[in-house]
Amino acid sequence: MSLNRRELLGGAAALTAASLLPRVAMAGDVIKLGSILDTSGPFDAYGKPMDQAMRLAVQEINAAGGLLGKQVEVTAYDTQSDMALYSQYGQQLTRQDKVDVVHGGILSASREAIRQTMRKTKTLYFYNVLYEGGVCDRNIFINGVTPAQQVEALVPYAMKKSGPKVYILAADYNYGQITSRWIQKFVAENGGEVVGNDFFPLDVSDFGSTIAKIQGVGPDLVIAPLVGGAHLSFFRQWAASGMKDKIALASTTLGVGNEQKVLTPEEGDGIMVAYNYSQQLDTPENKAFKTAWAAAYGSSDNIHETAVSTYQGVKTWAKAVEMAGSMDRDAIIAALESGISIDGPGGKITVDPKTHHAVLDVHLMEFENQEMKVIETLPQRQPIDTQAVCDLASNPNDNTQYEL
Amino acid sequence: MDLSFVFLVEVLYAVATLVVISAGLAVVFGMMKVINLAHGEFMMMGGYATITAVNLGVNVFVAMLVIAPLVVGLIGLVVERLVIRHLYGRLVDTMLATWGLSLFFVGMATMIFGNTTTGISTPIPGFAVGDYQINGYNFFIIVVAVALLVLLFAVLRGTRAGLIARGAMQRSDMAAALGYSPDRIYMATFFCGSALSGLAGAIVAPLVGLVPTSGINYIAKSFITVVAGGPSLIAGLVSSATSFGVVNQVFAFAVSPIMGDVALLVTAVILLRLMPQGITSRFFKGKL
Repeated sequence: MSLNRRELLGGAAALTAASLLPRVAMAGDVIKLGSILDTSGPFDAYGKPMDQAMRLAVQEINAAGGLLGKQVEVTAYDTQSDMALYSQYGQQLTRQDKVDVVHGGILSASREAIRQTMRKTKTLYFYNVLYEGGVCDRNIFINGVTPAQQVEALVPYAMKKSGPKVYILAADYNYGQITSRWIQKFVAENGGEVVGNDFFPLDVSDFGSTIAKIQGVGPDLVIAPLVGGAHLSFFRQWAASGMKDKIALASTTLGVGNEQKVLTPEEGDGIMVAYNYSQQLDTPENKAFKTAWAAAYGSSDNIHETAVSTYQGVKTWAKAVEMAGSMDRDAIIAALESGISIDGPGGKITVDPKTHHAVLDVHLMEFENQEMKVIETLPQRQPIDTQAVCDLASNPNDNTQYEL
Repeated sequence: MDLSFVFLVEVLYAVATLVVISAGLAVVFGMMKVINLAHGEFMMMGGYATITAVNLGVNVFVAMLVIAPLVVGLIGLVVERLVIRHLYGRLVDTMLATWGLSLFFVGMATMIFGNTTTGISTPIPGFAVGDYQINGYNFFIIVVAVALLVLLFAVLRGTRAGLIARGAMQRSDMAAALGYSPDRIYMATFFCGSALSGLAGAIVAPLVGLVPTSGINYIAKSFITVVAGGPSLIAGLVSSATSFGVVNQVFAFAVSPIMGDVALLVTAVILLRLMPQGITSRFFKGKL
């Protein structure tokens, strides 16, 4: 075996780095949790309660004595609904603050902006948001519902209540486009037909011509994976045209940011959704969670889907740290992959070892009087969409987002 | 048949929206040659004034048609006294100053109302035309646009105040020589322009989710409408709003709302290439 100087230097540097890394991680007396969320700007309706949920979970962990005898310290950055800031703060969290774990990211675009940074720097990453599915990366854990869990439940229910002809209106970026394809698949599998599929950039707020076009096509059901404040106009204009009682409406996103409270009952009532959480869930875990939230922040009105996911994500991570007994990333991943579960406000939630996604309860709901009334609970749904393409047990070096 | 009626209503609605959102700018820019980059923020404040008033229990039409224009008009008055009046005749400086103002207003609105989406529901129910449902509020916007144009015309053509205002805009030195204070006239005109912007914001508020940065969504369209309209205030507004509204809706129906906006901008570029001084520099010359 021959070594040239460059290889020798490279090897030596790698060895030094490898021997230094664990020492750096062990050196602090606190465990550093990094958080990266849009707590201002158009996506703050999602981000603000997520930030509160993260802090509430950390507070509870610290009040119970911390993790491994150490307190958890939060380093949080507000990305101001600006995707460019994600790359910047992602670098800062991992290279400068050297946090032990990162929770955060809201839009799929923001997750993809930081995922590779987390992977390269070997910083464990939790993405606690419902999304389009398919991310296969050993370094990331995702506990939000995926289309198979959500759309697979929502589409047959909504089609049974309305009819087989479906029109899809989706946000024009990766979430909307991939989710539309899942909707098309499940509509076809349930014997229906997609009669139209339109995409809208996030700043479109005039849907007049679209509403007329939909009427021209005459579907039985409209499914709307629309995202953000501007798109909320669609639901408003839909109701203003008097369409609400004519064509049934379902959404995969409405209500995630508590939009049922922004829309009036006349605008919202009857819209069908399916999520992991509703404030109206009647379980002891949810009651306790709402009480703790109200004690910390005054009112529990602003709790929503992604806030609960964030809370459950931090709690799942904490349980894995205790189980691993160290802050070593591989030990924590091994603990998570043992299939641990917690009982969160949204029900029991278990880490799926193969995909690093979550097995969780999905609740079919309808908007009623600015609340999300739970119609039916489908217990312990597997993320079958991601399971079909991703197997981290046999291929741990996978680093792809699979699409349907 | 039903579809063509729906299409017609949507076209009229698009034209009316352009007229409503551009009227305030047309007065401030068209008459006073002040480039008000804070026009969108004036609209945003009109929207917030309406929503706040409605939440306090005021009738929604009173809030839209009276309170919002008054509130924004008064804000405009303060802005004119403090900033704009020092900058008359300095086009680039007013751009910079009003751009700064727009940032200031966005910041203030964020501080007061929070950076979250708010809104009210439309006060007029939809109704059926054959197999189609139409947003009843569209008709309200069309009526407001027509009323606005008639009112503008009547004031500028029919009243002494309108005559004085037009005179002062053309030759402020002559108006001053005849004993009218241009300073006062500019102030009043800016008040009217701001009030019109506030009215526009109030009227579109029930159709959208309002955030402090909503103004950006309107500023480009209203500037294009006013610039393409050219020197005549009312004829310019109507002719450019009509061309853009029709093009926008034809493409929105045929392809998608996005292509509607793209087509609008392409039309604007072509129009300004052919008629750099605006439509009314070639047609409807000398009209009001």
